[in-house]
Amino acid sequence: MATTIKYADVEIGTELPAQNFPVTRATLVQYAGASGDFNPIHWNEKFAVEVGLPDVIAHGMFTMAEAIRVVTDWAGDPAAVVEYGVRFTKPVVVPNDDKGAEIEVSAKVAAKLDDNRVRVDLTAMSAGQKVLGMSRAVVQLV
Amino acid sequence: MALDQSFVGRTYPPTAPYEVGREKIREFAEAVGDANPAYVDPAAARELGHPDVIAPPTFVFAITFKAAGEVVHDPELGLDYSRVVHGDQKFAYTRPVRSGDRLSVTSTIEGIKSLAGNDIIDVRGEVHDEAGEHVVTAWTKLVSRAAEEA
Repeated sequence: MATTIKYADVEIGTELPAQNFPVTRATLVQYAGASGDFNPIHWNEKFAVEVGLPDVIAHGMFTMAEAIRVVTDWAGDPAAVVEYGVRFTKPVVVPNDDKGAEIEVSAKVAAKLDDNRVRVDLTAMSAGQKVLGMSRAVVQLV
Repeated sequence: MALDQSFVGRTYPPTAPYEVGREKIREFAEAVGDANPAYVDPAAARELGHPDVIAPPTFVFAITFKAAGEVVHDPELGLDYSRVVHGDQKFAYTRPVRSGDRLSVTSTIEGIKSLAGNDIIDVRGEVHDEAGEHVVTAWTKLVSRAAEEA
């Protein structure tokens, strides 16, 4: 474990640097290939609409992968993440245009735990809606 | 149709090992746009104390979800997979997944609930390496939405 963040330097309420993650249709095609999740709701607009979605939506696991980057970039060593969980509350809708969508992620330390661990609560928004709920990571500090 | 509660606690046999390779990790890291050198550069990973490149935290889902698929598609269980959406996802790590790992998943049905016509199933996947050591546990909540009234 080689994070440089010290438990003693962190307080409840400490904010991690927030980040915005762009997502376009091309991003979703690339993620589908890398993850093996080829569900057509993530690349086929006609199919997405037929099953009642407003448009193509991002993979929930893509959003989950982006959100934890706020923590791993902060910690330096991704292995500092010892627990990570989310609830998928709203889809990230990705229109077929040049801009796509954006996932805005902020995070702060919500609790100091035993053994130099902290709980970080994450907030992920897209188009003004909270796309992840109960999004929490337990991070091993030094 | 409500699912059979007797499936709660059922454990499926461990999956054949999935071999984690450097280039698959790189492909995944690039797909999520993550430039952390620990995912692509063995020297950088070693500097952090890892024997080889490590995978991003959610990488293992591809492996555990495939294993959960054996549960989800179990004809005896009778879940309507065409109506399934991902509700919750959680991971607890003993150590990060890394290149060279040969990972096997043992899936257990932790819970089955019916809520407003939706079937909700909780699957736990225990991921072990070739030496039998625990690497990560994944909890996946799947929701099979109620069919619309005809």
